[in-house]
Amino acid sequence: MNDDQKHHDHDHDHEKKSPQAIRTEALESLLIEKGLLSEHAVDDVIANYAQRVGPMNGALLVARAWTDAEFKQRLLSNATQAIAEYDFQGGQVDHLVVVENTPERHNAVVCTLCSCYPWAVLGLPPKWYKDPAYRSRIVREPRALLAEMGLPLDKKIEIRVWDSSAEVRYMVLPMRPAHTEGMTQDELAALVSRDSMIGVEVLEASSRAGQPS
Amino acid sequence: MTDELESMLLDGRVEPPKANGEVIFDEPWQNRTFGMARSLCEAGYYTWDEFRACLIQQIESWQADHSEQEPYQYFDHFLAALTDLMALKGLCETRELDQRSRAFADRPHGHDH
Repeated sequence: MNDDQKHHDHDHDHEKKSPQAIRTEALESLLIEKGLLSEHAVDDVIANYAQRVGPMNGALLVARAWTDAEFKQRLLSNATQAIAEYDFQGGQVDHLVVVENTPERHNAVVCTLCSCYPWAVLGLPPKWYKDPAYRSRIVREPRALLAEMGLPLDKKIEIRVWDSSAEVRYMVLPMRPAHTEGMTQDELAALVSRDSMIGVEVLEASSRAGQPS
Repeated sequence: MTDELESMLLDGRVEPPKANGEVIFDEPWQNRTFGMARSLCEAGYYTWDEFRACLIQQIESWQADHSEQEPYQYFDHFLAALTDLMALKGLCETRELDQRSRAFADRPHGHDH
């Protein structure tokens, strides 16, 4: 990924760089000169987030929770402790709370102030998660916004929105799709989308089950 | 993956897709800025909570005062938060960064590193 990005960067060298690109480059060069950053520190961090940090980690937890009742209990009562054995990279899960979707209650996650997100289990947040529109509307009118995002929920289903705080990060445990009995944990994990763990999608057996990921 | 897409990826004409097919960073500098912010935090120069406070401040001041036409650019705020925090911690003065940025901007096009 990183090499690709460098190529991408070089391809555009003959175009005028944006002020932000120049400022970023200037900052990095100053910090390296001052000995605050090593030459490869940023490359290493970028590579780590690109390759090892992502929603596949959260999907693994969801699939295990669907098939292992004891683990599910631990995940719901203290997620940070429950996932410690995985040693996921990326951080932002020191106070992770997993909230469970049920037929009666749907959960969604937001950070109203900025962009807080449980990186170690979901990766880096998508653009729309950081946008003012999502951040305000998911709190003010969650039902309308979710419908616009392709998730019309029955009026009987309660919607709870969880706002990240300085410490706490949230992840949704989606409901297991129907007709997935007999699937292995790996097969189940492949059904779990990032958006379902943010709470803006529910997993449909008919559309996703059995499809290659 | 189509052959066309694969060849575009290989010669760098498009960014590789990221999580769930969505590109998280629009431009390479955004990825670099994120990488710097994390590297410095991991090296112990500040806590992520301190960075978060600067980011919230940037976002709040934009939300309080911006024109209708001005689109929200998350990574502009992210970069500003990082440079604020560097100045706040006495690690890199804003004036110094401004000077270096001007010097880089004045380089002939095509120059790199």
